[in-house]
Amino acid sequence: MKRTPDVAPIVTALDRPNSYIGRSVPRPNLARLTQGRAQYVSDITLPRMAHVAFVRSPHAHARISKIETTAAKQAAGVIAVVTGAELAKVMTPWVGVLTHLKGIKSAPQHPIAVERACWQGEAVCAVVARTRALAEDACELVEVSYEELTPVTDAETALDPTTQVIHPELEDNLTFERKHEAGAPDQGFAQADAIIETTFRFGRHTGVTNEARSIVADWNPGEQRLTVYQGTQAPHMMQNLFAKHLGLEEHQVRVLTKDVGGSFGIKVHTYADEMATVALAKLLRRPIKFVADRLESFVTDIHARDHRVKAKIGVTRDGTITAFEIDDLTGIGPYSVYPRTSGIEANQVVNLVGGPYTCPNYRARARVVFQNKNVMCQYRAVGHPIATSVTEGLVELAAAQIGLDPLELRRRNLIPDDAYPATGASGIKFEALSHHACLAHIDSMMNYAGLRAEQARLRGQGVHRGIGFAAFIEVTNPSAAFYGIGGARISAQDGATVRLDATGALFCATGVTEQGQGTEAVIAQCVATAFGVPLERVRVLTGDTDNVPYGGGTWASRAAGIGGEAAWQAGKALRANVLAAAASILQADPKKLDISNGVIVDADNGRERIGLDEVARVVYFRPDTLPPGFQAEMVATRHYVPRGYPFAFTNGIQASYLEVDTDTGFIKLLKHWCVEDCGTVINPQLVDEQIRGGIVQGIGAALFEHCVYDERGQLLNGTMADYLVPMAPEMPDIEVGHVVTPTADSELGAKGAGEAGTAGASGGIMNAVNDALRPLGATPITEIPMTPDVVLRALNKI
Amino acid sequence: MKPAPFAYAKARSLDHAIALLDGAPDARVLAGGQSLVPALNMRLSTPSLLVDINGLRELGEISRRNGHIEIGALVRHAQAERSSAIAQLAPLLTQAIPHIAHPAIRNRGTFGGSIALADPAAELPACLLALGAEIEVTGRTGRRSVAADEFFKGLFETALGPGDVLTAIRIAVPGSAARFGFAELARRHGDYALVGLAAAGTVHGGGLADVRLAFFGVGDRATRARQAEAALESGNLDAAVAALQHDLSPHSDVHASAATRSHLAGVLLRRVAAQLDSST
Repeated sequence: MKRTPDVAPIVTALDRPNSYIGRSVPRPNLARLTQGRAQYVSDITLPRMAHVAFVRSPHAHARISKIETTAAKQAAGVIAVVTGAELAKVMTPWVGVLTHLKGIKSAPQHPIAVERACWQGEAVCAVVARTRALAEDACELVEVSYEELTPVTDAETALDPTTQVIHPELEDNLTFERKHEAGAPDQGFAQADAIIETTFRFGRHTGVTNEARSIVADWNPGEQRLTVYQGTQAPHMMQNLFAKHLGLEEHQVRVLTKDVGGSFGIKVHTYADEMATVALAKLLRRPIKFVADRLESFVTDIHARDHRVKAKIGVTRDGTITAFEIDDLTGIGPYSVYPRTSGIEANQVVNLVGGPYTCPNYRARARVVFQNKNVMCQYRAVGHPIATSVTEGLVELAAAQIGLDPLELRRRNLIPDDAYPATGASGIKFEALSHHACLAHIDSMMNYAGLRAEQARLRGQGVHRGIGFAAFIEVTNPSAAFYGIGGARISAQDGATVRLDATGALFCATGVTEQGQGTEAVIAQCVATAFGVPLERVRVLTGDTDNVPYGGGTWASRAAGIGGEAAWQAGKALRANVLAAAASILQADPKKLDISNGVIVDADNGRERIGLDEVARVVYFRPDTLPPGFQAEMVATRHYVPRGYPFAFTNGIQASYLEVDTDTGFIKLLKHWCVEDCGTVINPQLVDEQIRGGIVQGIGAALFEHCVYDERGQLLNGTMADYLVPMAPEMPDIEVGHVVTPTADSELGAKGAGEAGTAGASGGIMNAVNDALRPLGATPITEIPMTPDVVLRALNKI
Repeated sequence: MKPAPFAYAKARSLDHAIALLDGAPDARVLAGGQSLVPALNMRLSTPSLLVDINGLRELGEISRRNGHIEIGALVRHAQAERSSAIAQLAPLLTQAIPHIAHPAIRNRGTFGGSIALADPAAELPACLLALGAEIEVTGRTGRRSVAADEFFKGLFETALGPGDVLTAIRIAVPGSAARFGFAELARRHGDYALVGLAAAGTVHGGGLADVRLAFFGVGDRATRARQAEAALESGNLDAAVAALQHDLSPHSDVHASAATRSHLAGVLLRRVAAQLDSST
């Protein structure tokens, strides 16, 4: 594996003594995680804690006519058996809509189904027992009588007048529709010398986290307070939702999130079974634990993608793209997921298609429909892999059609690097992107000309290799434009509180959270650099609504760019406070002092003046020696929210090199490259690994991962044996390069890096497969995952 | 995902194991547990008793006797993979075993367990068919030997009856003219194969005799492709590939359609036939 060398900081404000910005320092939590001393929710055991297991609907759509619980209640170790109707008295239902997605609608969803189950796997009854095993034993004794209803499973026919309406009160199965038109698309197509029209299909898949969803809820009647230990990305959001639906004040709820074993967007939503666990804790007045097992993870963790996009591109002979048009259809399950809604992914597809290019002519429609399958919602790189695969798939099909090199076609159409600020055809605003610099970088990094020569030589020997690209843009650092303006109480701003302790070390509490991706390291690097201490003198606290500043948590690639900036500013503010105290001790001018490596120094020549421990000693234990009227402040809090742009778009380009066995339809990935621009790189190793991990998930989507449902709405492959996650032996070497265009919206200049890998990987691989197969006269492949079935069909071999 | 309650007994001897099994018709033998334990956890299998045979050391040996190589039922895949005796006397197995799952599973999973489970996509049942192996079964009435061709009865169904323990596998030591081939196609390394083929034959004149083609992953059990064998013996590879349409009845599932499996079986036959031709 190649590691990008440490880079020198590129912004002067960041060029501090002993700067950690741009350095691959090891993560401070590495030892804890690798020594098995992390604290995941599964590790938590409380006195009187009971375990809940759920009876889940075997049907995709069924009326619940009767639930017989007598035998289960009498089973060994059982504490309670609770139905949806009973729990509805404890917790109110929710509706996943946002006002800025005009017209979006959904039906009330309960923690446990009441009267009707709407997907296979929806909880219909809870069994609470001394152990999970006893709860599962008793689940088998709960007798549920179902009247099966016709399931709506095919998104294509969900809106037909003859199709059953899942929620009759909503009148149809349409969740959300958006239409957008910009420029003059018809004129654009009329000017085109070639028009390519095709349909892309994206398999429904899910984000398989190492640690399953887990929660322990503890209602303390004495304090009238609920403590929830939860593996979540957004503790404050959950605090609000638990309070709201249990009829509590927010201050009556504390959410604690320690270590989390991966999230990928899976753990940023409201899950009925987790809400039920919290309600059960309140009802039964004892701690209740729920840890999803793999079987229930597959039928309850949100799914994603599952889009069918009819798409069209027009291009002139000289390689000018004249118009894009798309019609997106996606089925999202029976409910729009709360509180972020299931309309965002399709909305993003409309926003992002054509995004890297100058072409102003664009027509789009997206429709989101209900169906009786597990719910879909936001997963890593929301909408991006779809928009990127569609755009880049069209671009490479167009290039082939007019006989132009695919990189050259991009060169002629990508927004020029000196054209910013710019606005995309969908209305999205770009502060500063670097498409052409990234393209030039990847061209030389992969030795494109050399690879083309190798490809041609091997083609002569019957070896079919392909090269495919995907230029991408990626939404990061979201402002309130994502959720807040739509009425969701999801914080767009984030805060950091930095405190000097009595020995001169720092303690930083931050609203962003650690999911295993390295937030703690990045926050510590920002604080240590801004303040001026060695990294090991900074301790970071995340995930505790009682003790960290109010914040949004970790999603939409915001932790480093937003949380990092807040930490940076808090570190700077505390430095000023500490320098004021030091100056009063030293009777010096604070402007002439600085902090370097944990020591107060003369700013101009670095001469050591006084240790931080000594400042802390005086401030805390001998404040009587400070000048009259001087009050030292050893805590500083700062908040940050991007204000200049709704989102800090990043950009980049990926390339895939692969070989197709045309006898078997098997695809061997040989190499993958990504050049991306996330602005200031705080920790190169963490950024590169985020990119690599994201690419691996994109590879999963391209070749392996697929939640396969039958026409009755039954998930056919909900186990780790049948749902194929990408694994190491099939992964290529992934080389990552960077172009650095800091955002001017923050001093740090960092944009997000967590999702860009996923955004472009599947599109690049699809293009590479088509590049490999094109000389064989194969039908272009426009669907993922590209299984042997798909490839052999394209080759007309089956 | 917790197993339903079950009793557990550790067998002190083979006779003890058989007696325990005899007393509980729904009891299951616990060897490596690599398939059984997940099945228990998913409550796909809910036996009242597990009879643990891991203490029966006499079942864990690889030995050569009377022109055969004998592999005890408790021999771990990893042990067989490293065995020089197997490499020398049953090289088909040495070729096949690295394809079984992952190293951690091979460290624990047993040779006999794989045969007794008879997963239709597993490698070893097909290898035994190709090798014409004998499977030794010990039950209440004593020991008996079942030919591999008679052993696999259907989907996870074998000639093992209640109270029977699979105790050993015997494979005849091959002559110098014997040739072997193996290939499988799995979506990811270590997965059950979409299609696999274990093959054996004898070089005879300019061609092959005694061809045994055992496919796996394309039916309810490992399956001999007998018409294809005959076509290959007559030296007609194209006819052999065509004959697979008669010999095999592949199924569709979430991983591949029947048409894909059928096509891939032909591809594998051509690749394995080349191995039989070229191996010296």
